[in-house]
Amino acid sequence: MKSLEEFVALFAEQFDETDASLIKADTKFHDLEEWSSLIGLSLIAMADEEFDVALKGDDVKTSVTVEDLYNKVIAKL
Amino acid sequence: MAFLEFKNVRIAGISAGVPKKILSNLNPDVNDGISSEYSPEDFVKTTGVKERRVSDKLCTSDLCYYAAEQLISDLKWNKEEIEALVFVSQTADYILPCTSCILQYRLGLSKDCYATDCTLGCSGWVYGLSQVVSLLLNGTIKKALLLCGDAKERAAGPRDPLFGAAGTATAVEYQEGAPGFQFHFGTDGSGYDAIITPDGGSRNQVSPKSFELEEIEGKQMHRMQTRMKGMDVFSFGITTPPKSIKRLAEHYGFNYMDSDYLILHQANMKMNNMIAKKLKFPLEKVPSCMLHFGNTSSASIPLTIVTELREKCKSTTKFLCCGFGVGLSWGTVAFEAKDMVISELVEVEEPTEKSQWV
Repeated sequence: MKSLEEFVALFAEQFDETDASLIKADTKFHDLEEWSSLIGLSLIAMADEEFDVALKGDDVKTSVTVEDLYNKVIAKL
Repeated sequence: MAFLEFKNVRIAGISAGVPKKILSNLNPDVNDGISSEYSPEDFVKTTGVKERRVSDKLCTSDLCYYAAEQLISDLKWNKEEIEALVFVSQTADYILPCTSCILQYRLGLSKDCYATDCTLGCSGWVYGLSQVVSLLLNGTIKKALLLCGDAKERAAGPRDPLFGAAGTATAVEYQEGAPGFQFHFGTDGSGYDAIITPDGGSRNQVSPKSFELEEIEGKQMHRMQTRMKGMDVFSFGITTPPKSIKRLAEHYGFNYMDSDYLILHQANMKMNNMIAKKLKFPLEKVPSCMLHFGNTSSASIPLTIVTELREKCKSTTKFLCCGFGVGLSWGTVAFEAKDMVISELVEVEEPTEKSQWV
């Protein structure tokens, strides 16, 4: 199972313009300037590829921090 | 298990019609509902839709009509012999009657004609094909048309940059000894609201409120327009089609990697690349027309064959096609096409004369 740190790094990879150092476990990702539902699609793709987990739109929408989303992925394993 | 196999029926030809007018997603105009959440460049990069065909006048049935006329002429079919017509669309001409009845008349087909509509979307070509093929199975009806597509919406509103207009025709005929088709189908109605036009049916009758704009995922739209839960549909799209394709191959004992082409519903480039990757299917054998035509709903599979494979298809070609979307609904079909006629793309001009229809 991948650790929270590994998940944060994978999460940060989905952004093109946001510096990876700005993305931490407690980052409220909806507040990031680059955030959009298109990045939501990339996160769903990442969860599918790296964890074989099918996230729903609501899983992404109701997560506040990166760690919240990690916990939702882990709960579906 | 929703598997079906039919022999002694073949696809004789495929054609497609699109409006001549092109709209670019990189230079959207005021009527384009590009989301305020992201830039046009990011939209094009993720979806793969750079431009699409639109018309304020042409209905789906108009595009299907021109596509069908072209195909009938290319095949040198006698119209009297066409005894079945299935029209698949979410954008019928009228609430009633069925558009297939109007097309029987407009195409000048015999009154000895079975005609029906089907309201599926992105899975519609595969479903419609199974209906038409099964009608021909015992050989009393020898020739049939499957007309699929979507174009002008029921009510004007901000235009969705993902979707393009297209109408297609697939000519299907009875032929003893033809290898036929193998299908797998699935439905998950729990996702009925993932893609939905909420008003205008009997559940929510049309009212002045149906036309009030509201913000849905950053886009302005009203309740007579089709809205989509993008992330849910994406999640469905990357998980369900690969499973359906694998199950079909497993059930009928063939290797899907032997297919010459995998034609996926043209929903979103990122989604289709992921489906191909999961199947380990080489991308060069997964043609796409999304860049120039967008998501064309039930027209997307035949439109891809017309625009991308017309010059490339060998006399015998093994196709594997999967449609998936609104419903939620999905279908996969495997077939070997022999000497299939692929008509040149029909580009339809905006009508200038007054419409003949009520």
